[in-house]
Amino acid sequence: MRNPLSETIVNIKPSGIRKFFDIVAEMNDPEVISLGVGEPDFDTPWHIRDEGIYSLEKGRTFYTSNAGLMELRREICNYLKRRFNVEYDPRKQVLITVGGSEAIDIGLRAILDPGDEVIIPQPCYVSYEPCTILAGGKPVIVNLKAENEFRLTAKELEDAITPKTKLLILPFPNNPTGAIMERNDLEAIAEVIIKHDLLVMSDEIYAELSYKEKHVTIAEIPGMKERTILINGFSKAYAMTGWRMGYVCGPDAIIEQMTKIHQFAIMCAPTTSQYAAIEALKNGDDDVEEMRRAYDQRRRYLVHEFREIGMDCFEPFGAFYVFPSIQRFNMTSDEFATRLLKDQKLAVVPGTAFGDCGEGFLRISYAYSIENLKKAMGRIRKFVETL
Amino acid sequence: MENIREAILTTIEKNSRIDLSELAIRLGVSEPDIANTLEELESEGVICGYHTMIDWDKTSIDKVSALIEVRVTPQREEGFDRIAERIYNYPEVNSVYLISGGYDLLVTLEGKSLKEVSQFVSDKLSTLDTVISTATHFILKRYKDHGTIMDTRTEDVREKVSP
Ligand SMILES: Cc1ncc(COP(=O)(O)O)c(C=O)c1O
Repeated sequence: MRNPLSETIVNIKPSGIRKFFDIVAEMNDPEVISLGVGEPDFDTPWHIRDEGIYSLEKGRTFYTSNAGLMELRREICNYLKRRFNVEYDPRKQVLITVGGSEAIDIGLRAILDPGDEVIIPQPCYVSYEPCTILAGGKPVIVNLKAENEFRLTAKELEDAITPKTKLLILPFPNNPTGAIMERNDLEAIAEVIIKHDLLVMSDEIYAELSYKEKHVTIAEIPGMKERTILINGFSKAYAMTGWRMGYVCGPDAIIEQMTKIHQFAIMCAPTTSQYAAIEALKNGDDDVEEMRRAYDQRRRYLVHEFREIGMDCFEPFGAFYVFPSIQRFNMTSDEFATRLLKDQKLAVVPGTAFGDCGEGFLRISYAYSIENLKKAMGRIRKFVETL
Repeated sequence: MENIREAILTTIEKNSRIDLSELAIRLGVSEPDIANTLEELESEGVICGYHTMIDWDKTSIDKVSALIEVRVTPQREEGFDRIAERIYNYPEVNSVYLISGGYDLLVTLEGKSLKEVSQFVSDKLSTLDTVISTATHFILKRYKDHGTIMDTRTEDVREKVSP
C-alpha cells in the first residue's frame, strides 16, 4: 500500500509533554503527585456552570452564528475595554473560537503563505511551532534568556527579522516561564514591529493572572491595534479549560478570513459554553480576582522554597508557573525530571518540552493547593539532598 | 491592590493555624508586619477567636444541633438587644442573630440529645417574658459549614501532565 500519511505531519515531532505524560501514565502509581498541569485547579465558578445548565434547560442546543453569539461578542468588547483599554467592534473584529488553541491555528492559516517566516520566542506554549508549519510558514525561533527574565528584547527581535518575516508570536504572560512583558518592554517591541511592517499574534490567555502591575496588551500601544491579532479565552482566568472557549480580536480583514476557516472547519464554538461565557464576563470579575490572589500566594511560596533549596529561580510575575534552574546539578532537564519522578514520585515537566532553550529548567505549575505544593516541595527537597 | 489586613483575614479565615512565617512568605510582607497587624486586628475585636471546625458526626461523641426561630416583643429603648443578651448568655447557645422577615431572632444551639435541646427550649427560651413563640429545627445532616463541604474528599480529576 502507498504511504497513507502526510510527510508534513509525520515530520512534526510530538510534544515533549506527551512523552512525559506517557511515562507518568505507564507508572500508574497512586503515590505519584504532580506539578505538571497547565490548567487551573479551581472548579468553574458555580454561577457560570449554572448558566450553562440553564441554557440547556431552555433548549439552547443549536448552532450559533459562525462568529459566535452577538451578546457574547459584545460582552467581550466591553470586557476588553474595561480591563485593558482596547476597543473592538463586536460585529467585525471578534470571533469566538474553540479555545485559544483554535485561534492560534486559524490565525496562522489566515495570515501565512508558504515560506513566510514567523518569529517564535521560546520557551513557549507547544502549539505555535507545529501550527506555523501546518500553515505552510517557517518558524524562526528566538531563544529567550534567563538573565532577561525570559522577556523578549527589541534587539533579539531585530536580529531575527529577515525580508521574509511576516509575524511575531508574542506569548506573554508566558507558559512555561511565567515571564511577563511590561509596558516599556512592549513599546520597544512595537517600534521594531512598526518599522519592519510586521504583524503580531499576541497570546494573552494568561492576561488576568498577572501579579505585578495589571497586564498591558500590545494592542493598546499606539499604532499596534491594526497589526495585532489578540488571542484570549476563558480557560485560565475563569478556570474553564473543559468548556473550550476562546476568542480572537483583530483587524476586520483578518477576522473575516479567520471566520471563513472557522466556518468550514468548526462551524461554531460550543453553544452551551458560549452562554456560560457570557455569564463569566458579566459577573465573574470577583471570581477571577479571588483565584488570582490564591495563585499569587502560592507563587510567592514556591519562589521562596526554591531559593531555600538552592535552586535559582527568577521571580515570575504571570501565569501559574515557576521556572527554576537545575543547571548546577549537571543533569539535563529530562534526566532530572525522570529521576525525580522515579525516586520521589513527583511529576514535573522538563523545560525542553517548550523549546530547546528550556534545557536546564523545569516547569513547575502552581495550579495546586498550598497543601499539595508543600508535599511536593518536600519531595523536591529530599531529591536534591541526594544529589 | 488587596490591603494587608484583608489579605490576612481572608487567609486565616480558612486556616487559622497557618504559621506567621508562612503567612509572611505567601503575602510578601515581613513577619513583624504580620504579627503587628494580627495584634491590631485582635485588639480591635475584628478577630474574635480561632476556632476549629469539627465534624462531630464522625466521632462517637453525641451532639445535636438545632436552629430555633424566636419571635419576641421588642422592648422600649432596648429594642431587641436586651432579649438577645439574655439568650446569648446561656452557654448552650452557639449563636444569636437578629433576622429580617417572619421572625426576629435566629438562635443556634448545641446539646447532647434531642431531649436536652427540647428541654432547653421549653424550659429556658420560651419562658422568657418577651418571647412570643419558638420553632425548633433540628439539624439532621451538615453538608457544608463555614464554606467547607463536610463530606466530599474532592479528588484531582485532571490529567497528571498537560501543556
Ligand atoms: C499560552 C497558552 N496559549 C493557549 C493555550 C490554549 O488554551 P485553550 O485552548 O484552552 O484556550 C494554552 C493552554 O495551555 C496556553 O498555555
